[in-house]
Amino acid sequence: MAEPCAELHVVENLHLSLPDMTRKPIFGAAPRIEILRGISFALAKGSVVGIVGGSGSGKSTLGRAMVRLLEPTGGRVLFDGIDITHRGEAGLRPLRRRFQMIFQDPTSSLNPRHRVRTIIAEPLRLHGFADIDARVVRALDQVGLAREMAGRFPHELSGGQRQRVGIARAIALEPDFILADEIVSGLDVSSQAQVLNLLERLVRDLGLTLAFISHDLSVIRRLCSRVIVLRQGAVVEDRPTADLFAAPAAEYTRELLASIPLPDPDQTWG
Amino acid sequence: MADGRGTIRRRAGLRLWLAGGWLALLALAAILAPWIAPADPLAQDLLGGRLPPIWVRGADPQYLLGTDSLGRDVLSRILWGARIALIVAALAGTATALIGATLGLLAGFLRGWVDLLISRLIDIWMAFPPVLFSILLIAVTGPGLGPIILAIVVIDWTRFARVVRAEAMAQGAMDYVASARVAGRGRIGTMLREILPNVVPTIVVLLTLEMGISVIVEAILSFVNLSISTDQPTWGGMIAEGRTSIHQAWWVLVFPLIALFLTVLSFSQLGEGLKDRFDPVLR
Repeated sequence: MAEPCAELHVVENLHLSLPDMTRKPIFGAAPRIEILRGISFALAKGSVVGIVGGSGSGKSTLGRAMVRLLEPTGGRVLFDGIDITHRGEAGLRPLRRRFQMIFQDPTSSLNPRHRVRTIIAEPLRLHGFADIDARVVRALDQVGLAREMAGRFPHELSGGQRQRVGIARAIALEPDFILADEIVSGLDVSSQAQVLNLLERLVRDLGLTLAFISHDLSVIRRLCSRVIVLRQGAVVEDRPTADLFAAPAAEYTRELLASIPLPDPDQTWG
Repeated sequence: MADGRGTIRRRAGLRLWLAGGWLALLALAAILAPWIAPADPLAQDLLGGRLPPIWVRGADPQYLLGTDSLGRDVLSRILWGARIALIVAALAGTATALIGATLGLLAGFLRGWVDLLISRLIDIWMAFPPVLFSILLIAVTGPGLGPIILAIVVIDWTRFARVVRAEAMAQGAMDYVASARVAGRGRIGTMLREILPNVVPTIVVLLTLEMGISVIVEAILSFVNLSISTDQPTWGGMIAEGRTSIHQAWWVLVFPLIALFLTVLSFSQLGEGLKDRFDPVLR
């Protein structure tokens, strides 16, 4: 990996809490649930960082706060030095092109009424790109989808193809940063491998900064140079992947590592 | 990478053909009523009253479906009545759909105080008994085509608003909405370009149901003499008149009833059929 030249995405002491409506009293405010409790890290330009954690660890919430689908209740989010923590939607719009997201479930994240062409072209149109048709074709080529797929609806594609459309939509905007939220967990093993290969190649070719959220350490090991381990909304470990797999410091990381099914149960990761 | 998924198409079912066929026939009859009606629907023939339909003994071949107690031709009156029925269905149905769906979409997608306001309005509105409400409304405005359409819109917009609101809320939770935000699309743009296309099939199904309901409401109001003035034949008016002479002349009641029944059934079946056609996932 190239030496990091600058920090692209910085998260400082991030807090996020949501009201718990199930325990809301009839009068007065609902008690709040702390989801993120003071998370800090910085992602270097061009780095590929895995964010891992069990269910309920806050990794998806963290991701959504990083691309400002959620507004943090404390701390700061800096994108390329710009404070986006509390920016309104109008203020975010010009920046939106630069940080994109690939969603977990492409069945839900691709509008079932739009054709693939529209799905990829609409964000380009919104950001005022020229020669949109050519860009759509290029994006399809880059993710290895046949050009005639542009005329199809999402339900006419396989799961792996749908996720490629999600990737194509994100990279077509030529972003600096992509957040991938559990993007292979809904796919079968061979599609997973294909999508991971594709992502690896795109990150290298396009010089992207990637935050890859997963509950699966074996996927992270394959793709990422650095791992951030989350537990109950706090960072428990933040180290280079090789170090982490060789000697996990936190008990929680050891548990996560132990939960990876190995082809040979007697073998260890070291 | 090429496979057959893009080439599968479903044929329109028998249901769609039958329902559409009847409605097309009815529309044609309504438009051509002045030319194809065998008699003037208002012309009375006091000597030829209560003549039975042509296949019953004692019929006059001039009156295919018989005459009512004033000697007016039943067939001609049904054909002219189709005009009123279809005009009410089309105008009241569309206006109801537009108003109700707009409010439902705004409430379901924007949420917050907009939703609070519209939802409370729906709750209050639905607490009024609908038939009394419409009778009251027409008692105030006076009978006529316009007031009937207004009464239907005023009462039934909540049907659209409730269903569309729920549907818009469900669609709003989908990731493609989050994805539109990540792409930098504004709230209203997302509502119109992303949510609306997914709600349209629901609106269309409701619209066809509403058209059927409009036909029934118009008939009910005619039945209680609150519809259009008596010198315009309506199905509801015919049914009301036929009821009084059911033992002497059943045909005066039965034929407009059959027309009403088939029309309402066709509207609802059309909606079901169109839903299947519209849904790209089911197609």
